Amino acid sequence: MATLKPSRRIRYLFAVNPTAVLRLGLWGALSIILMTVDHRYQTLDDMRDVLSTMVYPLHYLVRLPTDASNWLSENLANRDALLEENSRLREKQVFLNVQLQRLTVLEAENRRLRSLLESAVNTPERVLIAELLAVDFDPYRHHILLNRGRRHGVYVGQPVLDQHGVIGQIIRADPLTATAILITDPNHALPIQINRTGVRTLALGTGDFQKLELPHIPNNEDVKVGDLLVTSGMGGRFPRGYPVGTVTTVEFDPGSPFAHIIAKPVAQLDRIREVMLLESEPPTLKPEPGSAVATVQAP
Amino acid sequence: MTTARPTGRWVIVISFLVAFLLAGVPLPGELQRFRPDWVTMVLIYWCMALPHRIGIGVGWSVGLLLDIGRGALLGQHALALAVVAYLTLQTYRRIRVAPLWQQAFSVLAFLLVEQILIFWISGVIGYPPRDWWYLAPAIGGMALWPLLFVILRDARRYFQVS
Repeated sequence: MATLKPSRRIRYLFAVNPTAVLRLGLWGALSIILMTVDHRYQTLDDMRDVLSTMVYPLHYLVRLPTDASNWLSENLANRDALLEENSRLREKQVFLNVQLQRLTVLEAENRRLRSLLESAVNTPERVLIAELLAVDFDPYRHHILLNRGRRHGVYVGQPVLDQHGVIGQIIRADPLTATAILITDPNHALPIQINRTGVRTLALGTGDFQKLELPHIPNNEDVKVGDLLVTSGMGGRFPRGYPVGTVTTVEFDPGSPFAHIIAKPVAQLDRIREVMLLESEPPTLKPEPGSAVATVQAP
Repeated sequence: MTTARPTGRWVIVISFLVAFLLAGVPLPGELQRFRPDWVTMVLIYWCMALPHRIGIGVGWSVGLLLDIGRGALLGQHALALAVVAYLTLQTYRRIRVAPLWQQAFSVLAFLLVEQILIFWISGVIGYPPRDWWYLAPAIGGMALWPLLFVILRDARRYFQVS
């Protein structure tokens, strides 16, 4: 290049690579086709299955540093700290056991009363523990990736909880992993009711981990700051009575028919590590229309 | 140089792997908004340093891996990264000779193009961005470009990737 004359050198700087335009066009067209097909049809699901299994080790690699540091801190913890933690956990277990005793009695009573009323109860059968593999860092989509998939019995629409309350639901189940949408995703709505008064409404995601919006509550309704929101069981996805959030602000605007109510999720959505997948019952509402017809005709 | 066989493929692969890894590391609080797109920046670097090896096809494939890793629409990041690779290939001769801080502005432009493309596609499928924060990662990327450039350049020289 040092031998080039100045004019040639400038031309070299501004040279255009003609085949690059062609290649961009080809790859661009390919990705547009791919996006359209992926968005409109389910035909790419198999391909996604294969590819997601291929990237699966990558997720483990990403987690390796945190896993290693956790392992180290657990293994290098000193004896006193472990003993202390042990006694604390034992105390907590006794406490929880006492609560559980009361709960069993209450549950039996509840079931008896419900059978008198001839109303259905759906008690969850099984709980599957899953770990978080990755978080979608797109700030407008609250999706998380879990390390359990179809192989482990995960299905689309399965409720996801943590130790405090509802987190979200499964929207895609790959063979080894599953994607869950959080209740704070702007495209998620959760049927809830206010525990104290029984008022039913929806909890809409806002794109903020700390905020849920409660629409359609009239101005004269009895809602107070601190009210607990629980799942109402409407919609058939979530079983009744799991805590969702607490009301943080209630604003009455005389100009609008509905109050402006904001709640905070009880689950710590921005620091999830382990979640529980509830297996309430075999999924009756399947997204594909063909299977519904088949099950009606089968018996 | 043209007759020599391409060397150091694993350096490139590892740099992309580390970028994937960095993209998954949680950051504290407000910094999260400025999380740079490491994978895109690594792609820009290799397109500039080795334009005869790393180009639109590599960018597209890496983008597809990103799509799958993030559970995005298949082809979304692939398209954006292919466009970024194209822009870098057409301008690398001019950018490469500029000082680092001036390079950073070109990188900012590329990253903005990428963000706008990705969010435009998201908007089409029903996830429109709600505020202007979605452009923040490009600014974070610009701020960290000199660091990334120096690290990758030293790695390229040390392992004699060509």
